[in-house]
Parts: sequence; structure tokens; C-alpha cells
Amino acid sequence: MKRKNWSVRLALTFLIVLSLAALFAEWVSPYRFDEQIIEDRLSGPSLQHWMGTDSLGRDLLTRILFGARLSLSIGFLTGLFGLLLGTLIGVVAAWRGGWVDIILMRLTDFLTTLPSILIAILLTLFFGRGFFGIFFALVCTSWMTHARIVRGNVLQLRSLPFIESAIALGASEPQLLWRHILPSLWGSIFVSLSFQIPANIMAESFLAFLGLGFEPPYSSWGTLAQDGFRAMRSFPHLILFPGLTLYFSLVGFQILSNHFMTRSLGHSQYSQNSRLEA
Amino acid sequence: MTYFLRKSSSFLLTLLLLSASVFLLLRIAPGGPFDGEKALPPEILENLNRHYGLDLPLSEQFAHWLGNLLSGDLGESFQYIGRPVSELISESVSISAVFGVGAILVSLIGGSLMGAYAAFHRNHWIDRIAQFVVSFGNTVPSYLFAGILVLIFSRWLELLPPALLEDPGSWVLPLITLAIRPLSMVLQLTRSSVSESLQTDYIRTAVAKGASHFRVLFHHALRNSLIPLVGLLGPLTANLLTGSFLVETVFQIPGMGKYFVSAVINRDYPLVMGVTLFYGTLLLAMTWISDLLYGWVDPRIRLDSQSAARQEST
Repeated sequence: MKRKNWSVRLALTFLIVLSLAALFAEWVSPYRFDEQIIEDRLSGPSLQHWMGTDSLGRDLLTRILFGARLSLSIGFLTGLFGLLLGTLIGVVAAWRGGWVDIILMRLTDFLTTLPSILIAILLTLFFGRGFFGIFFALVCTSWMTHARIVRGNVLQLRSLPFIESAIALGASEPQLLWRHILPSLWGSIFVSLSFQIPANIMAESFLAFLGLGFEPPYSSWGTLAQDGFRAMRSFPHLILFPGLTLYFSLVGFQILSNHFMTRSLGHSQYSQNSRLEA
Repeated sequence: MTYFLRKSSSFLLTLLLLSASVFLLLRIAPGGPFDGEKALPPEILENLNRHYGLDLPLSEQFAHWLGNLLSGDLGESFQYIGRPVSELISESVSISAVFGVGAILVSLIGGSLMGAYAAFHRNHWIDRIAQFVVSFGNTVPSYLFAGILVLIFSRWLELLPPALLEDPGSWVLPLITLAIRPLSMVLQLTRSSVSESLQTDYIRTAVAKGASHFRVLFHHALRNSLIPLVGLLGPLTANLLTGSFLVETVFQIPGMGKYFVSAVINRDYPLVMGVTLFYGTLLLAMTWISDLLYGWVDPRIRLDSQSAARQEST
């Protein structure tokens, strides 16, 4: 138990430091993200450039911090909105029942059969590859698991005595959903969020690496890794640093989500169906 | 029989729905297939559009596409001019299939044996390695994994080629990259289900009868724990598809995943449609097969809701 707390603290500290550094990247880093120092280009790690520089002489650490801004925020925002959508769909399906339920669940099943990256790629064709294009594509692919969980929860709640008594007392439908159903869902929403954020960070970097992510001037960790991969054989630092930053943040998120999961819910619901996708 | 009819009609309906929505998505999407660096003169663009039937109303285009599909014609690629999509698919599918089947075999055999062993010897060093593989497979970005493999095996040790398919050695790194995630999925599932079944009464009986560790583990515990793996068939296939996009791009393998990615980038509509339809069919078929296998492997699960109802009423 003690060892676990220690790793949770380490993960939390790492993620907080990383987010703060990303948020205040302009002040933290002595370089601008597009500042080119030609004489230092393609240099390995040194005191001036802790993670070295890329082929245009840009400081890699600075670019990773600015990339973190994009990667972390897209992961957080798409995770959050995906779950809101999932909660909405789950509640509506369970509450309305009948053909609404059937249609919504068929849609959910259909979308879960296809790999979410495939759907996201097809959607970026439609929405384009700006911030909002990627945002919508990832939101559309991250609600299914959660919608199912919420639907199950609501169906269970419906039959409990406190809901029945609220109905008997004449609570209106919105009141019932907002005051009585929703508060019992927060726990599972929170746990789902801690799984969905890293999954979406990974998905975005995957798209970016394939060349299907943000178009320039945006550059996320995936974009940096893609640039790095081409020059990798001569300059391994260009793929290792962006890749490792992503890896350590994902491990951090995994430690946190396992911690939340064991604290607030039983293992069974999440252990298999809500793993990282890419 | 009714089960079969119902299932196959929903199968076809889903595929139709999939192709219609992808078709619509592609045609409404902003930007056309002929937007190049330089804008084409309007009359050439008009000719191109007429040649590929892009000037017709959407419903007509879709009906046309569907009609051709029934006769096995998926249209011509925009990007590889004059080459039918069906030809491109049948050329690339065998390469991707070899990798896919290879990765499935590696992950099923390696994952289940290692998972069973790890469950039997909790906290043994093999169990530690197993746990590391699971966590690594779940979190490591596959491009980083590919990068590390290339650095170690082709740059530093100079054992294996870093890309392209030339000699047998060049199949190794892509296969490992593709198999790591499926392997960790199988490993995780087997480890937990074997350790669950080790708690059961029939295992205690087997041990009490004096069966050897080996026999208890592989004959009694593992056999029953393999049932949940059947349900993994769909997710595994989905995972391998996504993996193939990356692996084939990174290692320059002329498989379907690479074609799909470049078709999306170049807005090659017929190729995107063809490959998506192929993927959809494959995934639905895998999910269906896994349903069927479930019923066959584990008679406690009934597929046919009618027979289930019959059982209930008796």
C-alpha cells in the first residue's frame, strides 16, 4: 500500500509539473518554439539544449513543452466532451427505453466493432485537420464504452427504492435526472475520464505520426515524433525524447486511473473494456 | 436456421449502412481529390469529374457504386491512375494478412502460455516480466517501440534491416511491433482468468488426486481459461488493423494499411471506400465467428434466443 501511494504521488507530480511547464512554456524556456539557431542544428543533448535540437536548429525541449500544450489539452477536452456525450446517450437510452434505446445501442455496438482510430481517420476527412477537426473526430470516437456503462448504471438505479419514492413524491423528470440520477454517476464519469484522457492523447499522437494529425503550424508530440523518425538513424534523440515524454505521461495517467478505479469502483467494470485504444 | 438468416441480414444491413455513411462523409467533405499544389484549369477539372462520375447527384453516384460493387467492381483508384481498386486490394491483402496472422499466432501462443505460467507462479520473475509486458504494451506508443527496435537491432547491433521487405530478416521487426499490443491483451486476460480458475474446486480436486503441476496448469486450468480468449477475436483484429496502419507506414511495407493511409491523405475516394468496406466485412465476420465459437466452445451460452426461450419455458 505504501509503495503504491508513492508511485501515485510521483505520477501526479510528474503530470502537474509537465502541465505547468506546458502552460507557462514561454516563461520556462529561454527559446521561442520556432526559434532557429542554425549553428546548433541537430546537436545532441547539452547544457544549452537539454534535449538537443532538430534539423532546423530548434530547441527540442521547448518544442516538446509547446507540443504538450496541444497534446494534453486535446486529450483532456476530447475526453471530457466525449464523456458528456456518452453520459447523455447512456441516460437517454436507459431512461426512454423502447426503440430509442434499441437505436442508440445499435449505433454504439456498430461503432465499437470498428477500431476507433479508423473512424477518427475517416472523420478527419470530413471535419478537416484543424484543432476543431481533430477535436470532433476524437469526441465522436470516445463516448461508446462510457455510454454503455452509464446505461447499465441508470437501469440499475431506476429500480432502487429511493428513485421510486422520488417518483411517488411527484418529482419532475428533469429534477429526477439531475438531482437523483446524475449524482450517482459522477464516480464512474471520473474513472472513465482518467482512462479516456490518455487514450485520446495516444490516439492524437497516432494520427499525427501517420501524417493525419494537425496541420502545421500546430505540432503535437506525435508530429515531433514523426519528424524525428525520419532522422532517427543518425539522430536518435529526435524520436526518443518526444516518444519518451508521451510514454511517461501515459504511464503516469495509467497509475492514476488504476488508483481511482480501485478506490471508487470494483475492478470488474473497467478491467477489460476500457483500455487504451491505439 | 432462423439464427443464420437473422444474423446474415443484419450483417449485410450493417455493411450497407457503413458504406452509405462513409460514402456520404467523403462526398460532403470539403476539398476534392484533384486539389493539388496548383489549381487545375476549370475545364480539365470538369472533365476529370465527368470521367469519374463526380458531377452526378449523390444518390445516383451511390447507386452506381453499389451496382458496380455487386458485380465485384470497386471502381478505379484516383491516385494510381487506371488501376482498379479491387486489384490494389488483392495485391496488398496477402502481405498484410501474413503479418496479421503471424501477430495473432505469436500473441495467442506466447500470451496464453506466459499468462498461465505467470498466474501459477505469482510474483515469480516471469510474472514480473509478464506484468511489465502488459503495462508496456498498453502504454508504449507503437512508433516509439518501433523506433527503439530499429535503433537496437539495425543501428547498433546491425542484425536486421530497418525497413522494406527484402529478405526473411526484414519481417521480424514489423512483426514484433505489430504483436506487442495483442500479446499484452492476451497475456493480461489469460493471467487473470487462469488465476481465477486456480481457485476453483475442480482444480483443488485435481491437486488432491495428485496430478502434477504441469497437468493441473495446462490440462485443467488453462483449458477452461481459454474460453474468454474467443471474445478477444474481434478486438484483436481491430487492434491489428490499426497497428498495420502504423507498422506498414513506418517499415515501408506495401500492405493495405499503407494504401489506406495514403488514400486518405490523397483523398482517393474509391480506394478509401474499398478498403473501408473490406475492413468492415473483416471485423463483422470476426465478431460473428467469435459469437459462433463461444456457443461451440462453451455450451452454457446459447446463441439462438428462440432456443433460449424454449429452455426457459420448459
